[in-house]
Amino acid sequence: MQKIPSSEITPMAGYVAYQRTLSRRGLLGALAGIAGGVVAAACTPASTAADMQPAATVAADRTAAPVPTAAATAAAAPAVAATAGAASNADELGDSFTDRASVTGYNNYYEFSTDKEGVAPAAAGFAVDPWTVQVGGLVNKPATFDIGQLRKQFGEEERVYRLRCVEAWSMVIPWQGFELAKLLQAVEPQAAAKYVRFETLLDPARMPGQQQAWYSWPYVEGLRLDEAMHSLTLLATGLYGSALLPQNGAPLRLVTPWKYGFKSIKAIVKIDLVAEQPTSLWMAAAPNEYGFYANVNPQVDHPRWSQASERRIGEFSRRPTLPFNGYADEVAGLYAGMDLQANF
Amino acid sequence: MMAHWLRRNWPLLAAHVGGCYPLASLLLDAGRGRLTANPIQYITLHTGKPALVLLVLCLACTPADRFFALRPALRVRKLLGLYAFGYATLHFLIFSVIDYGLDVSQMLNIVAKKPYALVGFCALLALLPLALTSTRGWQQRLGSTWKKLHRLVYVAGLLAVTHYIWLVKSDVRQPLLWAAAVGVLLLVRLPAASPLAAKSRTWVRRQLTRAQ
Repeated sequence: MQKIPSSEITPMAGYVAYQRTLSRRGLLGALAGIAGGVVAAACTPASTAADMQPAATVAADRTAAPVPTAAATAAAAPAVAATAGAASNADELGDSFTDRASVTGYNNYYEFSTDKEGVAPAAAGFAVDPWTVQVGGLVNKPATFDIGQLRKQFGEEERVYRLRCVEAWSMVIPWQGFELAKLLQAVEPQAAAKYVRFETLLDPARMPGQQQAWYSWPYVEGLRLDEAMHSLTLLATGLYGSALLPQNGAPLRLVTPWKYGFKSIKAIVKIDLVAEQPTSLWMAAAPNEYGFYANVNPQVDHPRWSQASERRIGEFSRRPTLPFNGYADEVAGLYAGMDLQANF
Repeated sequence: MMAHWLRRNWPLLAAHVGGCYPLASLLLDAGRGRLTANPIQYITLHTGKPALVLLVLCLACTPADRFFALRPALRVRKLLGLYAFGYATLHFLIFSVIDYGLDVSQMLNIVAKKPYALVGFCALLALLPLALTSTRGWQQRLGSTWKKLHRLVYVAGLLAVTHYIWLVKSDVRQPLLWAAAVGVLLLVRLPAASPLAAKSRTWVRRQLTRAQ
């Protein structure tokens, strides 16, 4: 797994600028193409100062990021040159990070809003300190951790993971966090523990989406114990070098990169080791459509839409979806002999 | 002069404004770079929804006249239908050309396997002959067949709302509301509803004369 220190992320602003210019121009061209009945307009070469402006503004606004603002704005100017540095801002397959504005502005988080662009504004100001996480169930040493204590005890490392949403879009995200295995080992699971059950905060006053009775709140997710102990399974506390923002699941969220995004439960307050397979919120909402495993699998379609391809946010064309989201070498063994059609 | 024209033609004007608004706002969004991080999905949704809304409005025209003596509604029926067809076509072009880059094998795979894509495609196919024969010339040429043919719009309405219901992740409340609207608009066309329609129409007429 590639590990990239936060300090290396600086040239990102330039990359963001380049990406935005690309995607905006491509789309405008395409829209114009449709309107005129011509579709080949997507490759117009013009790159204007006007195109650059919004991206430069975005970079300048990003005071929260550990990026020297002046340098970031300057880096935005020679946008194309900055892509030369993009190689270090990429996952192990060479795919560039999704720009930070998209990662922090395009979120599925129904506790705040069902509108992906509405999550960030709705979650702004959501207080994540103080925050405690209760770890218990079938363990020898149940404990309640303060979020600061978790960070101190288990540290923070960088993991670049692809995130594949069940809605067939994807991102590449540089996370910070620690392996869930470390936490589980600390509480000593008992022999009877077969699964891990996660629960999100239940607080309808602060998470207005929970006032909607359609789903059975709080959000619940689960992993088999061996999945939970896998070295890819991360409890994330940050992304892009700074603390998680509320819209990304602050202060603590799960990241299981070989599973669809909805498995990566956000704003965790409770982790229990259990004997029976937990029922997740999505399993309860639509049992025939969302399974317990939810492994990314281009061969197993969602009952109503295809999972064979996906759109990487910031890219124009679809790309084929990889088995286990490209992590088959690491995790396929967990499911040896299992019928993945039945255990979707 | 202008006032006279407006008094005569305000329904057409309203229909054109309503019909152009979604596309105009989409182009404005595009110009401002506000198509979200997933722009292709955004433009797909924002052409599909107007197609459905305009189709429902189109289906509402005849009942509006029959139940509420709203004569002007009949003048915009065809226009709303054509706008709905226009958005449905755009929606399909975005799916096939922009989203799937005309990759026919991949699209066929999806249309054949996924009911929601297939149903949406069928809705568009149902609208196609209606759009083609929407002119007065075709209406006269086809005679009584024209009316029968144009009942396909009911099928298109049902297919369109099914397409919408099947597309959402889980919360089907909004799509179901649209389905209910289509259901009601089809039910009130049944012969059994005629006496009610006549009664309602007479009542509305009487109120209007009294008001004058």
